[in-house]
Amino acid sequence: MALTKHIEELKKKREEVQKGGGEKASEKQVALGKMLARARINALLDDRSFQEYDMFVQHEARDFDMAKKVLHGDGVIIGTGTITGQPVCIFAQDFTVAGGSLGLMHSRKIVKIMEHALKLKVPLIGINDSGGARIQEGVNSLAGYGEIFFRNTISSGVIPQISVILGPCAGGAVYSPALTDFVFVVENISKMFITGPEVIKTVLGEEISMEDLGGARVHSEISGNAHFFASSEIECFDQIKKLISLIPSNNCVKAKKLESKPPCHDCQIENIVPDDPAQPYDVRDVVKAVVDSSDFFEIHEHWARNMVIGFGRMNGVTCGFVCNQPLVLAGVLDVDSSDKAARFIRYCDAFNIPIVTFVDLPGYLPGIDQEHAGVIRHGAKILYAYSEATVPKLTIILRKAYGGGYIAMGSRHLRADFVFAWPTAEIAVMGPEGAANIIFRKEISEAEDPEKMRLQKVQEYKEKFANPYVAASKGYIDSVIEPAETRDILLHALELSMDKTISLPNKKHGVPPF
Amino acid sequence: MVEFTVNGMTMSTILTKKFRNRHRWAKPDDKQISSFIPGTIREVFVKEGDHVQQNDRLLILEAMKMMNVIASPVSCTVARIHVRSGDKVPKGKVMIEIEPD
Repeated sequence: MALTKHIEELKKKREEVQKGGGEKASEKQVALGKMLARARINALLDDRSFQEYDMFVQHEARDFDMAKKVLHGDGVIIGTGTITGQPVCIFAQDFTVAGGSLGLMHSRKIVKIMEHALKLKVPLIGINDSGGARIQEGVNSLAGYGEIFFRNTISSGVIPQISVILGPCAGGAVYSPALTDFVFVVENISKMFITGPEVIKTVLGEEISMEDLGGARVHSEISGNAHFFASSEIECFDQIKKLISLIPSNNCVKAKKLESKPPCHDCQIENIVPDDPAQPYDVRDVVKAVVDSSDFFEIHEHWARNMVIGFGRMNGVTCGFVCNQPLVLAGVLDVDSSDKAARFIRYCDAFNIPIVTFVDLPGYLPGIDQEHAGVIRHGAKILYAYSEATVPKLTIILRKAYGGGYIAMGSRHLRADFVFAWPTAEIAVMGPEGAANIIFRKEISEAEDPEKMRLQKVQEYKEKFANPYVAASKGYIDSVIEPAETRDILLHALELSMDKTISLPNKKHGVPPF
Repeated sequence: MVEFTVNGMTMSTILTKKFRNRHRWAKPDDKQISSFIPGTIREVFVKEGDHVQQNDRLLILEAMKMMNVIASPVSCTVARIHVRSGDKVPKGKVMIEIEPD
């Protein structure tokens, strides 16, 4: 065969590049409990589906003796493949090659695959494992980051963008994940921060470990930068596969529809919510009682837990669920839970995913720290997101819906398509205690026994207003339903509103209270 | 005006109120169970010396008109209890100290 020699040469070249940073660096990576970049891609994508591009790219840096250095693939692997049959574009930084540092060619490879993803309208997955900018390449590496951030932004709302942090991701590099839709972290492996512990120590004199500053737990529990937390890379890849199966490939299509499956038998919806409005319960049980196979995929599970968000299927159609969680902080709206819900609503709206809202909240969280942290502008994001969303919006009021919280949580006034309430719903301007104290202030203070009068007036208010029928009498809710009817009514409403179209006033873009 | 060093560069500048009033970070103590919201203690289910399993009920903290069940984060021995039924507690008050197994 005349070509044999050439083919052998190609094979040899490939093998050389596939060694990455060499044996020693690879051993070090494995010793840290981390998978190698190619192994990660193979574990995440369908077997043998990965096609690599730009394998033989070399850097062009000449300063600081860089000309002598061969960096395989310039420290990043790019390509395409499939996840459970769905095409995706992917890049993975290779820490074994110059610490995965980002130079000009490294960034050009990432940009190439990003442009590919945007053009082909398929999800982009980025595996981050990098020491940061390649300092020897100076401003070129900054230019590289800038080009990536720009494309992250331009692609936002067109294709799903997923960031997987499997190593350090520090300094300016963190802004690419922050601009993407979903960030995955793994315990003991992911580290994200703008300035590291060293800088903090020299500037502020405060000492903190890398893990306490920007470890996986910090970002999934405290900062909210990460959406998914896993204890191993394999678990993390399973989460990504599940997510990919639930979301559409781009903003022009709908998520893949599966066959409808009933929820599990043991999810008895009528036994979940306690009659006493002061008793907590887990709202996720309500979601599981209405979604197909009781399969609910929660996002931001560990952060701002007073709000529950995630995907589930109804009648085989992916829906986004937004729910107050009475189990945590009584389900109040605060800075973090508002941010969490608002961004998720915008995601669903951008990608044609219907939104189902379960309401049970006493209102916004009172507090000096909340007010000073800007709960006004953060809380406003929910109103903005619901109002602007044109996907089907279905709302179920389970129990308490008071004041601003009632308006914010997908109310009719923000153009929910259907609003239903359980008979346990209490829809009013505020809780009976507070309302009675204000309305009947005079009667209470002038009564012989003010406390008795107060209790009497609270009771009076409760009977008159702490129910769904006042709102129903005004048409603000469409129907008061039995809990057991919830799934059937939601399926019906969903089917009716699937082809809904709404046109908003023409504008370049709105100015949301970011 | 103060001297302020960032990334090896020292600059003369003024500080914001927020920066000056910031709290120093302290590592959270896993042995302390603090109130996450201001409220009233409604019931305490354990006494000092009790051994409890993970997710066992420790007490009820009523806040925002909700009877919030405070459960044990790990299986542990209750070392000290700082609250009684009826106490009003501010946010961040140490309610129970535990000694994890």
